[in-house]
Amino acid sequence: MFTVVGKYLVLMGNVFTKPVRGSIFFKRILDEIEQIGVDSLWIVSIVSIFMGAVLTLQVAINFEAPYIPKYLIGLSARDTMILEFSSTIICLILAGKVGSNIASEIGTMRITEQIDALEIMGVNSANYLILPKMIAAFVTFPILNILSIILGIFGGFVVATFADTVTVYDYLYGLNYAFVPFYVTYSLIKICVFSVIITSVSSFYGYYTSGGALEVGKSSTKAVVYSIILVLLFNLILTQVLLT
Amino acid sequence: MIEVKNISKSFNKNKVLKNVNVDFEPGKVSMVIGKSGSGKTVLLKSIIGLHKPEEGKIFFDSREFINANIKFKRQIREEIGMVFQGGALFTSLTVEDNVRFALDLFSNKTKAEKKKRVDFCLERVDMQGSNDLFPAEISGGMQKRVSIARAIVLNPKYLFCDEPNSGLDPQTAIIIDKLIREITLEYNITTIVNTHDMNSVMEIADNIYFINDGQKWWNGGRDDIFHSDNIELNDFVFASELYKKIKDVSK
Repeated sequence: MFTVVGKYLVLMGNVFTKPVRGSIFFKRILDEIEQIGVDSLWIVSIVSIFMGAVLTLQVAINFEAPYIPKYLIGLSARDTMILEFSSTIICLILAGKVGSNIASEIGTMRITEQIDALEIMGVNSANYLILPKMIAAFVTFPILNILSIILGIFGGFVVATFADTVTVYDYLYGLNYAFVPFYVTYSLIKICVFSVIITSVSSFYGYYTSGGALEVGKSSTKAVVYSIILVLLFNLILTQVLLT
Repeated sequence: MIEVKNISKSFNKNKVLKNVNVDFEPGKVSMVIGKSGSGKTVLLKSIIGLHKPEEGKIFFDSREFINANIKFKRQIREEIGMVFQGGALFTSLTVEDNVRFALDLFSNKTKAEKKKRVDFCLERVDMQGSNDLFPAEISGGMQKRVSIARAIVLNPKYLFCDEPNSGLDPQTAIIIDKLIREITLEYNITTIVNTHDMNSVMEIADNIYFINDGQKWWNGGRDDIFHSDNIELNDFVFASELYKKIKDVSK
């Protein structure tokens, strides 16, 4: 346990150093933004729309009592998306998609000696490979978070309109009712922290892969599992610190 | 010149290298031979700093390497070219991008100058016209040649080759061997080749170092190998019937 944490910290020490050449580093960040952020747009969009829709339906079913105002359906859809679904749940999905991708990419580079080739050329391989991924995730995850909130609320709106569970007026009223702007800030802080966890943990398991193709698969699985556990743990810590 | 002084390296309790002393001269192809597991790859990786030996020192032209700080190590590494067993080309980059990679990072050449240098290196290894292909689109032998082009692009003072012929047919292996030798002589490079391919050794070796059980067991030239009475060396070199016959004829 302590050895793993120590190795992780040493790796991060190597990651956060000055890049060899700024222009190449910037190009690497743009490439990673495409791979990590843009390529995740579709999965985040689909998941968010359906989450928002199902959430609205479930809340509507449970809010059937006449003394519960219908606009609370819109309110609960909004707050649930902002507080939990668009940050934590989306990050659990991204841990699977982005995390496994990072671990297998770096792991394959390790076992095919591409990382050794970088080191022998005099390149700080940890900095060259990992830092652009961390920056790309740090930049794109908050955008995905906002997109997820909007699409989740939209999914709820579509269901509310077509399934006739709540009137459009009530849903929109609920969306605007008792809005706490800090909840968005809280959600953004969470997703920024999660982006660092997912990219660094996945890079760590990929970077220290040894053996062959089987070990790359194992590293990829470990990367996803530990990223998810740490995301859930930090979700609890951040909620305790920021909301209570 | 690379001087290896009393290098020892262990993994857990297994001592893989035991007080190895070797000098590698510039302008010569030095070949390290030995059975699988004898420690020759560990020796190579220790020299280039991918493994840290517990004891001993390594000097690159009198510059101490093992205990140097990371910045100085990276400076020396910019003078090193390496051809890996599997090529180790960056799979996401084209042939041209692979060869240009070190130029982009470490040279102040203009775009046109870099292009000229890349084309020259690719032509030197007979890979002209393959600039836009990806490593997956070329054969193993071509990958090795691109790997050599990448290794020489910064005019290295030291060239390391880890089993450059593994997985290649005999004809392609000879082409790669000759290429390594030509480049070594042309640019006066200190070249170290790890191999257990005796055809390569007989083809291009200037100095041969036989590693056995983590120690330098024998060293000499191509002709010396036929007259050595070192039992372990003879067991290794003349394992095949063909080489036994060659030895008999040479006697």
